[in-house]
Amino acid sequence: MSGDLSELYQQVILDHSKRPRNRGRLPTANRVAHGENPTCGDQCNVYLRLDGDRIAEISFDGSGCAISQASASLMTTLLKGHTAAEAQAMYEDFHRIVTTGVAPEEISDLAAFAGVHAFPARIKCATLGWHAALNALKGDAAATTTESHTD
Amino acid sequence: MSPAWKNVRADFPILHQQVKGKPLVYLDNAATAQKPRAVIDALVRYYEQDNSNVHRGLHALSMRATDAYEGARARVAKFIRAADAAEIIFTRGTTESINVVARSFGSRLGPGDVILATEMEHHSNLVPWQQAARASGATLQFVPVLGDNAEGGLDLAALDRLLTPAVKVFAFTHLSNTLGTLNPAAELCRRARAVGAVTVIDAAQSIGHGPFDVQAIGADFVAFSGHKMCGPTGIGVLYGHKAALDTLPPDETGGGMVTSVDYAGARWKPAPERFEAGTPHIAGAIGLAAACDYLDGLDRAEIARHDQGLAALAYEKLAQLPGIRLLGPQGERSGLVSFAFAEVHAHDIVTFADEDGVALRGGHHCNQPLMRKLGLTGTTRASFYVYNTAEEIDVLVASLRRILKFFGVS
Repeated sequence: MSGDLSELYQQVILDHSKRPRNRGRLPTANRVAHGENPTCGDQCNVYLRLDGDRIAEISFDGSGCAISQASASLMTTLLKGHTAAEAQAMYEDFHRIVTTGVAPEEISDLAAFAGVHAFPARIKCATLGWHAALNALKGDAAATTTESHTD
Repeated sequence: MSPAWKNVRADFPILHQQVKGKPLVYLDNAATAQKPRAVIDALVRYYEQDNSNVHRGLHALSMRATDAYEGARARVAKFIRAADAAEIIFTRGTTESINVVARSFGSRLGPGDVILATEMEHHSNLVPWQQAARASGATLQFVPVLGDNAEGGLDLAALDRLLTPAVKVFAFTHLSNTLGTLNPAAELCRRARAVGAVTVIDAAQSIGHGPFDVQAIGADFVAFSGHKMCGPTGIGVLYGHKAALDTLPPDETGGGMVTSVDYAGARWKPAPERFEAGTPHIAGAIGLAAACDYLDGLDRAEIARHDQGLAALAYEKLAQLPGIRLLGPQGERSGLVSFAFAEVHAHDIVTFADEDGVALRGGHHCNQPLMRKLGLTGTTRASFYVYNTAEEIDVLVASLRRILKFFGVS
């Protein structure tokens, strides 16, 4: 297996893809958003219970490749307890990592996605769950498609 | 076997390259086929020696270009055994061909009329009919596909129930791009004709993979693309039975398709010009004719045997992989295999296989409603053509085994 490929499918990613965290509908959710990637059919719903401006609970469900599902799973573990502004800042870090491959040292788990940058076609897989989460935070429950985002 | 087969791989310059340090194994032929040297040369020759606009031209180059373009029309007519070259309309591809029929024929439909399609249609033979139904008030109905893995093909008993006199058009694929199912086109046309329905065949997948006799099939309209049969992209064909074509209103209008124009209106030429407004893709048509020559040189019955032989071999070898779900017919199938694993998504497979130089396609294959019916988000597809070999199937299977091992499926 090439170096690029083992970078793409890091242990952290395989682990989250096989044993997704916070997967399933959140019965107490007061925000929900649906994301989909029309070219590959990947789907991701993100459920949030917002307590004021803070994410008290978060979950996701959907279907798609290992990258999209692992990314959504990891995201739920990171966003819990954070505010909308903090979530936006984390997404910006994440986006920088998947597009440049450069991860600041203090960002541990998200750095697992640095390998995505070598596979430009897969960046939208990695960002699908994040787009849905940010839309849920904005209170925008309309479907998100990664096609209309700049990844 | 024709001696032309001896050097088939040498005929395709693109095959002789490495991808990620491995020899290219191109198994994405249902998406597009590679081009033989003869087709590439025909394009270059046209642009270097004959390039000019067709029709109405009185100078030497224009006459040469016109002869080559109209010669290509006659060549394509012969390729599908059409009775008359005027039944061949050049388009951009299958999608445009179907859209032309759906808009032009669709303009005659109204409430109470039924458009019949099948559950295995590519979006290109589904969405234009949805639009036609919406515009006209006609109803769109579907012939079901049988079996949990769509292995049973079209439900022909249901077809007979659905084919009522209200059905004005029956649009179906000759060969499913997702399943590899080859539909009995002549039989479907016969049944449709019995209720007076016009037939539209999406032949995108079948046209380059075996003999095709439009008169024996008895279709009213047939749509296909050049690029899936070794021709250039951007050129395709709408075959229309002469009697059906001349009654249809034009779709696109403009230059080249009119007999006379005044400020108040215009009068249409007969087919094929009526449906070819503007400067056509002259080089594309010439390249397509070269592709017809190339495929006939290989003997299309031989091509069918070759592709189906590879697909049968692939099916047999893939069936041994743990947890694989194979779609489509178990017995006779065309030159592709479509499969899924519960634990590994198609896009992960395609990304991994690419590292081994193997070009596959993963996803819904422009067939989202069928995927949903089968409870799938997508499949991985390997599709074969004249230059593929049994050794390449071994490379595919070895690559898939590595992928399954990596994802812990074994």
